[in-house]
Amino acid sequence: MEDFKVIDNYLMIRLPNEIDHHKSVDISSKADRYIMSQKVGNVVFDFERTTFMDSSGIGIILGRYKKISCFGGKVYAVNADGRIRRILMMSGLQDIVEIMD
Amino acid sequence: MIEIVDKRDVAAITNKMQIEFAAVSDNESFARMAAAAFITPLNPTMEELSDVKTAVSEAVTNAIIHGYENRNDVNDIVMMNCVLRGDVLEVEIIDQGVGIENVKEAMEPLYTTRPDMDRSGMGFAFMEAFMDNLEVHSDVDCGTAVKMYKKIGISPWIGSEE
Repeated sequence: MEDFKVIDNYLMIRLPNEIDHHKSVDISSKADRYIMSQKVGNVVFDFERTTFMDSSGIGIILGRYKKISCFGGKVYAVNADGRIRRILMMSGLQDIVEIMD
Repeated sequence: MIEIVDKRDVAAITNKMQIEFAAVSDNESFARMAAAAFITPLNPTMEELSDVKTAVSEAVTNAIIHGYENRNDVNDIVMMNCVLRGDVLEVEIIDQGVGIENVKEAMEPLYTTRPDMDRSGMGFAFMEAFMDNLEVHSDVDCGTAVKMYKKIGISPWIGSEE
């Protein structure tokens, strides 16, 4: 299961092993609930456990970005392996997501 | 309709499998696992396995949420046909859903009919990027067939470059 944690103004999302459409619906709605109720400004996606991601993962990131960017919030990706980085780049997300080690 | 004609010599079929499953989102992971398992005898690299899994996942997700309009009805059927011709995998994902009116437009990166559902519009782009060839046939109210080709087992000199 994915884990959610709020630290200061950041929502940390520990993503599951596999991110597809089936999983993404749940992750997005939970994340939105945290963003609304805890008024967090930034979102950090932690890919440490993730070994598979399709374009649904891009949808999760883009959707959350749209929700927080108008209030000046930022989106971060941490622990993304080579393949996930490649998928983020292919989708042009390097401009909106800060990819960190 | 986009058609990519494959000009290689077509080798004889060496293995095949076909599965039908309900158009429910739980089966996205089942379908990509099945396709991955089917090609394991070819000793694919991790990269190739991920490529096939991602492409199958995209095609099946499209069938479920666009073809069958995300109804999650167990009576809606998605079919996956896998054929091996030597080291070339052909995988076809077929649905009998609503079809695509303008395939060319649907295949454009970032084009999506469901931005409300957090769809990124990258599905076809990923299928094209991760597979060697992609054919899409669709008829409105009849359904959509997506056929993808990929050669499995990279030649040694490409492998040593990594």
